[in-house]
Amino acid sequence: MALPCTLNRYLLLMAQEHLEFRLPEIKSLLSLFGGQFTSSQETYGKSPFWILSIPSEEIARNLMKRTVCAKSIFELWGHGKSPEELYNSLKNYPAEKMIPFLHSDSTYKIKIHTFNKTLTQEEKVKRIDALEFLPFEGKVNLKKPQHIFSILEDYGLDPNRIPENPHNIYFGRWIADGQRELIESYSVKKRHFIGNTSMDAGLSFIMANHGKVKANDIVFDPFVGTGGLLIASAHFGAYVYGTDIDYNTVHGLGKTSRKNQKWRGPDENIRANLRQYGLEKYYLDVLVSDASKPSWRKGTYFDAIITDPPYGIRESIRRTGSQKEIPKGIEKCPESHVPISLSYHLSDMYFDLLNFAAETLVLGGRLVYWLPVYTPEYTEEMVPWHPCLELISNCEQKLSSHTSRRLITMEKVKKFENRDQYSHLLSDHFLPYQGHNSFREKYFSGVTKRIAKEEKSSQE
Amino acid sequence: MKLLTHNLLSSHVRGVGPRGFPLRLEATEVRINPVEFNPQFVARMIPKVEWAALLEAADTLHLIEVPKEPIQGYEHDEDFLRKMHHILLEVDVLEGTLQCPESGRLFPISRGIPNMLLSDEETES
Repeated sequence: MALPCTLNRYLLLMAQEHLEFRLPEIKSLLSLFGGQFTSSQETYGKSPFWILSIPSEEIARNLMKRTVCAKSIFELWGHGKSPEELYNSLKNYPAEKMIPFLHSDSTYKIKIHTFNKTLTQEEKVKRIDALEFLPFEGKVNLKKPQHIFSILEDYGLDPNRIPENPHNIYFGRWIADGQRELIESYSVKKRHFIGNTSMDAGLSFIMANHGKVKANDIVFDPFVGTGGLLIASAHFGAYVYGTDIDYNTVHGLGKTSRKNQKWRGPDENIRANLRQYGLEKYYLDVLVSDASKPSWRKGTYFDAIITDPPYGIRESIRRTGSQKEIPKGIEKCPESHVPISLSYHLSDMYFDLLNFAAETLVLGGRLVYWLPVYTPEYTEEMVPWHPCLELISNCEQKLSSHTSRRLITMEKVKKFENRDQYSHLLSDHFLPYQGHNSFREKYFSGVTKRIAKEEKSSQE
Repeated sequence: MKLLTHNLLSSHVRGVGPRGFPLRLEATEVRINPVEFNPQFVARMIPKVEWAALLEAADTLHLIEVPKEPIQGYEHDEDFLRKMHHILLEVDVLEGTLQCPESGRLFPISRGIPNMLLSDEETES
């Protein structure tokens, strides 16, 4: 398919982390800013170099203000599999597009990055000098140049087999860097209030991006825990709600997850977490509530639902139970003495979550959640389905040799009609996932121990 | 608990359905919490508000200068938006109760956090 010539080509330099999550993040963000994902390569696989067509530099800059998967973006002026190919490609780049950045009043600098290989200073200078044929008329300023140009050389992904010559060479004008510094500044290590299963900062921003969160949205997390996922959405300007069945976590009471501490301090609650990052104004409310029995009135008011439901391993899956249930399986909620059942099935929880999302999301709103799977038995049919929600992406993160979790993103595409209408439809669709009701058993089963033993003996 | 939140909550006691809204508010401790004014966000919330329920709650808390309904062209009326901002986002009920209008069941609010938990028997199947 020929690409329209009004689109400019950009080179994205991607971080080599969370590989499967990158493409859905970029696609979601481009659609958020009015662009569309178009490229001459459909699959990027493991490569950090992506060539995209983007309608404007403004959209490219907006993309970089959000992405944690991309390190930098460059306006692509030329590329090739050899220096000659690169130079030819550069000679074919329209001069009128180059001139604005090369004229005599401007200052510039040329940088060179090599991937999977180290060059000597001499080799670097040689490559930069070879570009003398380009009509640079400005002055070189190494400290604070107006324009930065980069040569990027790709020597593959295998550190044990570094080629003599690069597979690809790119040349472009640097536009902007992504938001990877957020990963460090929002690190869970420095956060005031954490729990046993607090989400890694990078993944929480990826989730907010998959969810197309934007300023002035209302984002809801029905399994809010310590509020980590809300922080990412608040950082992007959304106002946030959270609920959790655990009274102590919502109130910030009880035993801490920190190593050298026993009880939680006064600074340890969800509101304080947002305050730590200057995001308190985005805190709407948190409630103690059972996600399977929501107390929201009929209507569509959430722009996104972004959540990490319990898998039943480090936190148990609970819902409010019956007074008649066996005393052994019951905890009491401290304040209202409501019995908490410990036998809520995983598939029921997703059934409830998808129905709730279909009912309360605005049209076009997104549901983003983690689905734990026992890898040997996983099939795509297991991914929960709903007639009102379209599956956008399904990204795997390995947890152990035979378990992983998948980040599922869905978009509401159809108006929710009637609660009862869906119950019989959905129960059939959830049958394939029934097997995962025993996810907890499988995770702790003898299978785990046997596989670990086999792996150990094969290494010896 | 903010009044915006109160406006979105409903009782899910078995059998009450839509008659579970709005919850009757009783407050023993209220705090005014300054929040940075964001006119775009407030304007976005106006169409979502159930006005009668808001007026009832505001009345219980003895709030003054509460607009009786959204005015024409509210999106650009800073005075109106500032009033709504204060009512929806700055009034914080720290201690009190929410009562199901149909069944009478009470949901406590403590430290600003409502507790909406009900047992199996009490909720809709």
